[in-house]
Amino acid sequence: MSKINSYRRNFLSGLAGTAAAVTVAPGIFLREVQAKPADEPISDKVRWGMLIDVNKLTDGGDACIAACKKEHGWGDEEHSNDLQDAQWIRKVKVTEKMTGKTVSLPVMCQHCETAPCVDVCPTGASMKRADGIVQVNKHICIGCRYCMMACPYKARSFVHETLVDQRPGTPRGKGTVESCNMCVNRVDEGKNPACVDAAPQAMLFGDLNDENSQISKVLKQYGGTQIRADLGLNTGVRYWGI
Amino acid sequence: MATNTVFSEIKNSGLGFWAVLGFFGLMTLVGAGAFYYMHHHGHHVTGMNNQIVWGMPHVFAIFLIVAASGAANVATVGTVFGKKIYQPLGRLSAFLAAALLVGGLIVLLLDLGSIGHVIEMAYGYINFKSIFAWNIILYSGFIAILAVYLWTMMDRSKVAKKFYKPTGTINMFWRFMLTMGTGSIFGFLVARQYYDAAILAPLFIVASYVYGTAIYTLVLMATFKMTGRELGDAVLNRLRYTLAIFIALVLFLELVRHLTNIYATEHHGVESFILNGGPFSNLFWYGQIVFGSLVPMFLVWCTFLRNNRTALVVAAILAIMGGFAQIYVILIGGQSYPLVLFPNSETSSTFSDGVYNAYSATLPEYLLGIGGVGLALCVLIIGMKIFRLLPTTLADASVDPHHSS
Repeated sequence: MSKINSYRRNFLSGLAGTAAAVTVAPGIFLREVQAKPADEPISDKVRWGMLIDVNKLTDGGDACIAACKKEHGWGDEEHSNDLQDAQWIRKVKVTEKMTGKTVSLPVMCQHCETAPCVDVCPTGASMKRADGIVQVNKHICIGCRYCMMACPYKARSFVHETLVDQRPGTPRGKGTVESCNMCVNRVDEGKNPACVDAAPQAMLFGDLNDENSQISKVLKQYGGTQIRADLGLNTGVRYWGI
Repeated sequence: MATNTVFSEIKNSGLGFWAVLGFFGLMTLVGAGAFYYMHHHGHHVTGMNNQIVWGMPHVFAIFLIVAASGAANVATVGTVFGKKIYQPLGRLSAFLAAALLVGGLIVLLLDLGSIGHVIEMAYGYINFKSIFAWNIILYSGFIAILAVYLWTMMDRSKVAKKFYKPTGTINMFWRFMLTMGTGSIFGFLVARQYYDAAILAPLFIVASYVYGTAIYTLVLMATFKMTGRELGDAVLNRLRYTLAIFIALVLFLELVRHLTNIYATEHHGVESFILNGGPFSNLFWYGQIVFGSLVPMFLVWCTFLRNNRTALVVAAILAIMGGFAQIYVILIGGQSYPLVLFPNSETSSTFSDGVYNAYSATLPEYLLGIGGVGLALCVLIIGMKIFRLLPTTLADASVDPHHSS
């Protein structure tokens, strides 16, 4: 058996075990993502991260995208055209020019450790929480879109119209920028991000600072690819199979 | 500063004055209407989207802000370098700079998605790692310095005269920072293929001289003609050659920028897109290079056209249009080229990955930008009406006693 196949097999069994653990004993598994009391500040002892095995995403991420859309309510803006509609997460089809190898993967905010969007934001609206989640504070975002210019992953959208009936956990507003916030509303309640729950066979969420967490263990053993690793942003979202 | 120069306000408030002021006032009002329309409906009424996030209003705004810095250069040459012939031009130079800056900033401000949140910045947090935050300081500081500078030039009690040269020097260095700051908005966007070059900062400095000198020349010629003041060739020739020399410098820096990019394999795609057959190529080659740079240089340096004022007016107008084309190609062209997430691969998605992004500005965007121009010119005209900005004469004999015609 080749080394790569061995990696795959190990990962598969790891995920199968993870899925089984979630199914059989969710209480035990969820120590990965513990609920934080509402009056407790966010801790920098935690750094939330995500691992996506593209080979296991048979739909290329469609289920994740649907779950994100349902959770946060983006993408069906009434007046905006297709290019103006928000997309927090998208399926990107990548074909290597020489070999013709094609993969599809979900791309969203990569939750960089040194996020260019945070650097360029004049007001501090584009911010990184102590636990590594990058998001926009809609209350102070002036809508200058500099962060959209700076993001290497094109992960951000601008709200081009007045919105109604927003999801309670996802404040959005006309004239502000938004992007994947790793479902902070869910994470703070001790849940997984919606996309991870939609594709548990291929996605793993957890604390990158905790060496005993499942995600840290598999990343330590097999590594995880960053998109545009050359930029040195140390992303919180890692991939296998790209 | 030349002590024998007499300055006066625009004295004649005839129909012509009110017609010109009314015209620019109307432009301003139309711009205000466009702002209200965009603000009320949201940016879906514009051509901007999640790929082209900065559009036509930003082209106007950046052009005006950069031009503002360049317009103040005329005063700098008189103050810092002690060129006496420029000193009577200083008041108009500084005031025009302030007016253009106000026009540009208002467009930038009114295009923001959530303008109400700007108020929060006054007592909230400002992130000084952001070039935008720097620019807020640089722009407002520039206005303050220009105000002091004008005072040192205009104070009749001569108390302020001793501050004339220091303020002019501070103003010059501040302008360097301001224009570099504006260029650096693009210079430090590491992931954008067309922007990640620090040479954009000095490029914006020299470009500012072109835009500012061209606008200054047109304003000077128009106001002197309309107010019946004499304007000699000595002053105009200084402006004429300043314009051409800085156009040549812009071309030099553009050459260096593009050659450097072409050398690096990772930039071949974007350079080919801009220079060779993409939707911006004609605008670059004909708009910026041929008609915006080479033709004005020819009009200035062609010996048959020496002292020809029509040629100078055409050269200045073409330089302004060329500058506008330059900003458009940098701003829109740079965003139009797709981000490269996966080198050596082809990408596609529902979010325009791997495709060239098209953009066509809608009417409100043009009108907002034009409103900024209108406001700048309104401020200028009102300034010329209430302050003594204009020399009563710039005849050759008065500005240069040694001039021989």
